[in-house]
Amino acid sequence: MFRNQYDTDVTTWSPAGRLFQVEYAMEAVKQGSAAIGLRSKTHVVLACVNKANSELSSHQKKIFKVDDHIGVAIAGLTADGRVLSRYMRSECINYNYTYESPLPVGRLVVQLADKAQVCTQRSWKRPYGVGLLVAGLDESGAHLYYNCPSGNYFEYQAFAIGSRSQAAKTYLERKFNNFTASSREDLIKDALIAARESLQGEKLTSSVCTIAVVGVGEPFHIL
Amino acid sequence: MTKQHANWSPYDNNGGSCVAIAGSDYCVIAADTRMSTGYNILTRDYSKISHLAEKCVMASSGFQADVKALQKVLSARHLTYQHQHNKQMSCPAMAQLLSNTLYYKRFFPYYSFNVLGGLDSEGKGCVFTYDAVGSYERVGYSSQGSGSTLIMPFLDNQLKSPSPLLLPAQDAVTPLSEAEAVDLVKTVFASATERDIYTGDKVEIVILNAGGIHREFMDLRKD
Repeated sequence: MFRNQYDTDVTTWSPAGRLFQVEYAMEAVKQGSAAIGLRSKTHVVLACVNKANSELSSHQKKIFKVDDHIGVAIAGLTADGRVLSRYMRSECINYNYTYESPLPVGRLVVQLADKAQVCTQRSWKRPYGVGLLVAGLDESGAHLYYNCPSGNYFEYQAFAIGSRSQAAKTYLERKFNNFTASSREDLIKDALIAARESLQGEKLTSSVCTIAVVGVGEPFHIL
Repeated sequence: MTKQHANWSPYDNNGGSCVAIAGSDYCVIAADTRMSTGYNILTRDYSKISHLAEKCVMASSGFQADVKALQKVLSARHLTYQHQHNKQMSCPAMAQLLSNTLYYKRFFPYYSFNVLGGLDSEGKGCVFTYDAVGSYERVGYSSQGSGSTLIMPFLDNQLKSPSPLLLPAQDAVTPLSEAEAVDLVKTVFASATERDIYTGDKVEIVILNAGGIHREFMDLRKD
């Protein structure tokens, strides 16, 4: 295919105006195990399907607390996700040190997106191979953002990423109109059902699925 | 031509006294709430005590702007520690961190005279006493600040354990009960207030034990 001529490094455009290395990075996200996020007016819930390499190994950590008011779920290269979480934690601590108030979620995702963009325009770097669902609360309310390796970010009412996420997305598309007014318990239930959809028949147990919540008066924590 | 000298100083002394006493299963940390400059009082209601970690409390007298900056740095470093190690810092660990932080500014010091108090990993009370550049030692009790010259000899009289040269090695923590130690602290501050102009208004007493943290105030002479 013609792709192969223009996909060697990230600083080469294809004649069709695409950066294939960036698109390959997005593929890495699609191959990772599913992560789901939904938000109401007062709470945001993240759910993850945890893959384990074998029965002997531990499950991968895919949900990270960034600050009391922000948490993130990742899909794709979890090592990249870990590094980006460390960056986000550091940014939150520095902002709090300077302004003695929590970093607004919208600002954090922009910084994250700009960081990802840098890797799409340097010949000695590669794009981050991880998609992040950033859940957070600030003065303007509850937020759920999706940051992709391309450097783009979008705000969502509900979203799912990773393998077999389409099944979860279909379920969320049916239900999302009710989410704004949902209670905390209903939101968690919907997250679990969406996770079950993406498991496609596998049993939903606490070892396979992780849930985290952040809400008004409730700091981010993994349940 | 004689050497030019600065006509201003980056430092000021806001006065005040701090005390900490370690018990077998508790620790009492106390500081007065008066903030002064020169012969004037800036406020009668300023806390010199900072709750750095779950089982670790610091009281600092000296230049309160440097104290505040120091508290913020330690607080931010503690957050990073929690992210990396998934647990709170122990008091001895915080003691070392404080020492390193102070020495980091060896050539433009924090004008901050600190006592660190808390529970060690065995649940026993511990007190660490510092100079402005980070030299520290674990002791059974200590005082710092403008009233320390009045307070320390009195604490020595009441609490000093036998010589460290004695064998077998004696523990430095006091055999006093928690209530007796708090009473001693109140006595000590009332006495220091009489003769030290920078100590007075109120004393803030923090008690750390297995049950958690408890804070109380006692009025002192306001002249």
